[in-house]
Amino acid sequence: MAKAPAFDPMDPLGIDDLLDPEDKAIRDTVRRFCADHVTPYVAEWFERGALPDVRELARGLGGIGVLGMTLDGYGCAGTSAVQYGLACLELEACDSGLRSLVSVQGSLAMFAIHRFGTEEQRRTWLPRLAAGEALGCYGLTEPDHGSDPASMRTHAKRDGDDWVLSGRKMWITNGSVADVAVIWAQTEDGVRGFVVPTDTAGFAAHDIKHKMSLRASITSELTLDEVRLPADAVLPDVVGMRGPLTCLGEARYGIVWGSVGAARSCFESALEYARTREQFGRPIGAFQLTQAKLADMAVEIGKAHLLALHLGRRKDAGAVRPEQISFGKLNNVREAIAIAREARTILGANGISLEYPVIRHMNNLESVLTYEGTSEMHTLVIGKALTGLDAFH
Amino acid sequence: MKIVVCVKYVPDATGDRGFNDDGTTDRESVDSLLSELDEYAIEQALKIVESGVEAEITYLTVGPDDAKDALRKALAMGGDNAIHVNDDDIAGTDALGTSLILAKAIERAGFDLVICGMASTDASMGVVPAMLAERLGVPQVTYLDEVTVEGTTVKGGGTVKGRREGDVATELIEAALPAVVSVTDRTGEARYPSFKGIMAAKKKNVEALDLDDLGIESDQVGLSAAWSIVDTATKRPPRAKGEVVEDEGEGGVQLAGFLAAKKFI
Ligand SMILES: Cc1cc2nc3c(=O)[nH]c(=O)nc-3n(C[C@H](O)[C@H](O)[C@H](O)COP(=O)(O)OP(=O)(O)OC[C@H]3O[C@@H](n4cnc5c(N)ncnc54)[C@H](O)[C@@H]3O)c2cc1C
Repeated sequence: MAKAPAFDPMDPLGIDDLLDPEDKAIRDTVRRFCADHVTPYVAEWFERGALPDVRELARGLGGIGVLGMTLDGYGCAGTSAVQYGLACLELEACDSGLRSLVSVQGSLAMFAIHRFGTEEQRRTWLPRLAAGEALGCYGLTEPDHGSDPASMRTHAKRDGDDWVLSGRKMWITNGSVADVAVIWAQTEDGVRGFVVPTDTAGFAAHDIKHKMSLRASITSELTLDEVRLPADAVLPDVVGMRGPLTCLGEARYGIVWGSVGAARSCFESALEYARTREQFGRPIGAFQLTQAKLADMAVEIGKAHLLALHLGRRKDAGAVRPEQISFGKLNNVREAIAIAREARTILGANGISLEYPVIRHMNNLESVLTYEGTSEMHTLVIGKALTGLDAFH
Repeated sequence: MKIVVCVKYVPDATGDRGFNDDGTTDRESVDSLLSELDEYAIEQALKIVESGVEAEITYLTVGPDDAKDALRKALAMGGDNAIHVNDDDIAGTDALGTSLILAKAIERAGFDLVICGMASTDASMGVVPAMLAERLGVPQVTYLDEVTVEGTTVKGGGTVKGRREGDVATELIEAALPAVVSVTDRTGEARYPSFKGIMAAKKKNVEALDLDDLGIESDQVGLSAAWSIVDTATKRPPRAKGEVVEDEGEGGVQLAGFLAAKKFI
């Protein structure tokens, strides 16, 4: 019988062995990019609540091919869903804000244009968005309509051939730096998507200040004051909530993986700290209470990672259901937050310092728990799927 | 023009590396990867093509089955195809034997320019490029911090120019192609394999060769034919605590004394 490979504390279940060489190569490229260009600086960005050179960052991300990486053509890499997941994991191990930038650009803005747009819209925007030469945002949430976006107030009216768009969008990632916004609005026929160049008259974006979470990410409020758009600004291939929800499915899938990355980073810090910090004459990792925390974290990370890979494989086979993505998002973000909090206790006072990544991840994960469908919404999705009874209304 | 880049699959330099009982490198207990110093050679080959020189880039490695990982990584960075020389009889081959295998494979493939890293990150001998040039009978331009190429092909001719930073002088060196060059880690950061590169690498051709294909007898290589062998190896002792000099007015003298005792001054 072959000898079992050595135990790796960072991969206790040997999940790496389930990956192809290309999967690992993609993962390694993202890991290296983050280590060189983001990880050394991200705590400072978080502290300042700003991304000093978001365009340079986007070009770097575009250079390795991470923006819209699962899409085919138009300068996109055309990778598998598993490979996209692995990239999200590494990005979010660095910072959830970095993963948010990539999710919004690729899974929301680019995906919407790729899936529902005209050939002209794709040619105009996708190559630049893929290269990181342009930034995109995605406007669904409004000040008064979050979990229930179907009741949105933003609307688009026909005026001759043109469309005139009015309303407000809230909590929009990349909003004030975007070159193009995919905006969802009510029309006579139902909810429709619009491709809005952000330099169109009547479009304005203001950053949301005083965030205590996702501080290394730009979040904005958009106002649309009679924004006049040509007839061909509408996404032709979808009417109704199916449009925005399909895109959200893509981004949620990325979060299933990303949250594992944030959890891994917290675990890594806690493990290292537990081995080296001494109290009562011994490393704190020698105490049973600390070991129980570490073991529980490792177990939950392993389960979450396997769940992500399972959903990724189903997605690549075209067999994943929205309820299954909800399952993954609910579990993995919930566990990631629990792990971040537990890791924080192991670091003691250092756990609240930005010198370590833990409190940053912990705060970030509060946003991740809420956006792309709150944990309550995903619970209700699963509840409805199980019982056949709708508890939303 | 045809550029051959020699790359080596080595135990990860950040791992806990060691030797086997027979003095050969232990390849079991540490994961292996493309030698970091060869990434600079790959980067320079890609830069030469990007500078407008029309060239086909072939990567060449001599190594076990897993060494194709190094070729895949190189191909993901760019370039056209690769050659993997793999034979059970190669295990234990020293630099001299390796240069023989490389030279035969390069002659078989055809070349205008061979680019190597300055050394491997495992054995760190740095002699293979010079041996290779001798065996191929072409000029060697080694340890370059900067390299440029002009010209077209075997027939059309061309030159390679480079800058070598020495302790006392900077040398600007030029050789007619075909030639062998080696480049240092100061030539500029190597690129990351992009996702498109990684996906494209799957479709690039890797030719597998053994000693027979190269007309090399098994007794010309391997541990028994090696001219240099590792007799014994001793693990470096764990780093001792540094010496703290308390400055009570004599600090400078004590420091100088310490450095002199270690023959630093
Ligand atoms: C940092 C950040 C970035 C974001 N980026 C974007 C973006 O780029 N684009 C975009 O469109 N949106 C974005 N969002 C918005 C996000 O998607 C919404 O915040 C989210 O959908 C929740 O909406 P809400 O905040 O209005 O909360 P609400 O919907 O008001 O919910 C408040 C609470 O009530 C609960 N609740 C609501 N209805 C029910 C019910 N029926 N049963 C039980 N509980 C219920 C919710 O679960 C939640 O706990 C972002 C949010 C954040 C924090």
